[in-house]
Amino acid sequence: MSSPEPILEMRAISKTFPGVKALNDVQLTIYPGEIHALMGENGAGKSTLMKVLSGAYQADPGGEIRIDGEPVVIDGPLAAKAYGIAIIYQELALAPNLTVAENIHLGMEIGRRGMIDRQAMAEGCGEILKRLGATFGPRTLVADLSIAERQLVEIARAVHAKSRILVMDEPTTALSSRETDRLFALVRQLRAEGLAIIYISHRMAEVYELSDRVSVLRDGTYVGTLGRDEIRPETIVRMMVGRDLSSFYKKDHVPGVRNAPVLEVRDVGDGTRVKDCSFTLHAGEVLGLAGLVGAGRTELARLVYGADTRTSGEIVVAGKPADIRRPQDAIDAGLVYLTEDRKAQGLFLDMTVAENLNLGVIGRDARAGVLNRGKGRWRAARAIKSLAIRVASPEVTVGSLSGGNQQKVLLSRLLETEPKVLILDEPTRGVDIGAKSEIYRIIDQLAKTGVGILVISSELPEIVGIADRVLVMREGEIAGEVGGETGYAITQENIIALATGVDRSLMAAE
Amino acid sequence: MSAAEEAALATHRRIMLQGLVRTVGMLPVLVILCILIHLLTIYVTGDGRFLTAQNLSIVAQQAAINTVLAAGMTFVILTGGIDLSVGSILAASAMVAVIASQDFGVFGVPAAMATGLFFGLLNGALIAFVRLPPFIVTLGSLTAVRGIARLLGNDTTVFNPELPFAFIGNGSLVIIPGILSIPWLAVIAVAVILASWFILRRTVLGVHIYAVGGNADAARLSGIKVWAVLLFVYAVSGLLAGLGGAMSAARLYAANGLQLGQSYELDAIAAVILGGTSFVGGIGSIWGTLIGALIIAVLSNGLILLGVSDIWQFIIKGLVIIGAVALDRFRLQGSART
Repeated sequence: MSSPEPILEMRAISKTFPGVKALNDVQLTIYPGEIHALMGENGAGKSTLMKVLSGAYQADPGGEIRIDGEPVVIDGPLAAKAYGIAIIYQELALAPNLTVAENIHLGMEIGRRGMIDRQAMAEGCGEILKRLGATFGPRTLVADLSIAERQLVEIARAVHAKSRILVMDEPTTALSSRETDRLFALVRQLRAEGLAIIYISHRMAEVYELSDRVSVLRDGTYVGTLGRDEIRPETIVRMMVGRDLSSFYKKDHVPGVRNAPVLEVRDVGDGTRVKDCSFTLHAGEVLGLAGLVGAGRTELARLVYGADTRTSGEIVVAGKPADIRRPQDAIDAGLVYLTEDRKAQGLFLDMTVAENLNLGVIGRDARAGVLNRGKGRWRAARAIKSLAIRVASPEVTVGSLSGGNQQKVLLSRLLETEPKVLILDEPTRGVDIGAKSEIYRIIDQLAKTGVGILVISSELPEIVGIADRVLVMREGEIAGEVGGETGYAITQENIIALATGVDRSLMAAE
Repeated sequence: MSAAEEAALATHRRIMLQGLVRTVGMLPVLVILCILIHLLTIYVTGDGRFLTAQNLSIVAQQAAINTVLAAGMTFVILTGGIDLSVGSILAASAMVAVIASQDFGVFGVPAAMATGLFFGLLNGALIAFVRLPPFIVTLGSLTAVRGIARLLGNDTTVFNPELPFAFIGNGSLVIIPGILSIPWLAVIAVAVILASWFILRRTVLGVHIYAVGGNADAARLSGIKVWAVLLFVYAVSGLLAGLGGAMSAARLYAANGLQLGQSYELDAIAAVILGGTSFVGGIGSIWGTLIGALIIAVLSNGLILLGVSDIWQFIIKGLVIIGAVALDRFRLQGSART
């Protein structure tokens, strides 16, 4: 099936960000007329590699990209387009207020003397749309199309631009199974027309059904490529995980699996992204919540915290039914939430460390609404000491701190409220290795004092390392559980198996 | 002392200095402007007419109403909003003050403030509960309340030559007889600034105002009642516009729904921006606003003393506002985020 001459070769690609090596000596070879799946955990480097290919990032010197055997320099999106590379991202990049034809021609409108020629544009892409099996015309407004149809517009745009390498990033996330079938047929049609398709997906079944070859990345390095007859779920899982755990994760607390429940969540859902999730968190327990990006973990946490509106279910905190409608209700009940995006949703970057730290309790400490500044200073000093936050003074703005110290400031704001339940959403994202281990230590200490902790994390070694029990979400539902009394061991393989929907018989027992 | 400690101390000093620069803000501009105008009056008219006790008292009087409006505007802009309706609310409140004074005497003042508070709450409710953009809501009330102000006096000027609270507008608080007295208008303005400072810097509500302006999403997630904060700031802005209406009525013994307070909102916004408050919210201080209002008043007064024509006054004022803010940006470059 594959012709001997590769259309794309990426060799020795490395990409360094300040403090992080996102890609290290990665290679990828793609032939025309093949569907090549690119797999790896969240953060393995798939997106970074594709951004290098699309010109959004520049690789470190030393790497090489060849197209049709010729070395090329892709220094921006325009260059990528000129070499026939098109990328369809998860969040589609269409202008909903324009028509299909206008979107397809975006950036290369047909016209004369600044006047746009809509007729010519519609004719130019009408034929492509027909060939791709579209049931809508070029003059339809994109806003009126479904997600699947919008995807088709993106594909039509790529075909119209004479792209020869098409990258699809998790294209089926938002599709129904019928739409998925139609997409697969289309992808196969494009393959038959000689396009090379790089297909990024987490779903084992899709990869198995669709791809000719699979390449796996892990921690920014290239693990290997499997040919058509070597593709097996367990092989891929092993390639994606395969590393040993260091003594990095300290577990000093006694797993509180049998303690009294501090949080009971029953049938909570929002009608769209989260469907009837139930679980129980016990005092002194560290409960992991794993799943792939988009599985609904953050959405579930936000529903429990009252940040978004829940349409079903009840929540019981420390034995008492809690009518949580907004964050304030959750805080009053003793439940707090650490957001995954501390800069956008957590911290007040222009305010001082002390102000940020005290924000949750200033109301409690105040007398008749007047700030108790002495108490505030005392709390700030105490938190800075106990969490080892490295700051020149509590009066510096939080925006000037490093990621790890920012995260500790946000965490101590929550801890000052003395919660019974702590939901931590990606607590170590964007944090250096030293601060990471300190945050693990803090989590362990809190569990020791009887706080129930729910940790959402995309880093499997982290979840495996710190959790007493792990819930795994898939497509808005709790797909299963490992550890505790389930009989299944807490291993990365078992978690990935649940998250991707592999047969349970492959899961290892305790 | 170790190198690390020294570095930490240096950072600490730099932060304190930045804080000072931010607080003092435009003060140097104000001082330079005063000296410059004084020197120019010497050059043009032969004697220094600007820096005299009498003239400074006039400047204080002229700055007072704008300072009060700008204080309210500071609350609003700190949350990332805007209140375009203060000039119209001032006009409506002044009408209420004069009309009410005809029957109820000094109760004209609380009546004016209640009027302002009412319109402010209306603005706030539309912004906090209906979630309309502040610019749109207050642009609407800029027009509608102007109409109401005209309606109140049947589109005429209302007078009260016996206005019982006229001393507010024209009298002075005598501190040392014959030597030092401060116009009541200025006393009110200073009191408003002090009260605003207390709320913004010493109360829970003040911290919440900065928090909402700095990051509304984070504020909501940390359990702050964002709606209450928004309602409060627009209510304060309305209340202070009402107070401004009473001050204005007291000064004139009269009010006119059509002319009074025209484009006052722009002077108030200019004072806040000159004071270094960020237009996107979260950063700023009430002291900056005071200095901003004084710059505008000094400039107006100085240009009149120098005999500059009305038309050129507008042009110069506009340019100075743009120039001063540009200077501020330039000065804070690298340290300030917008």
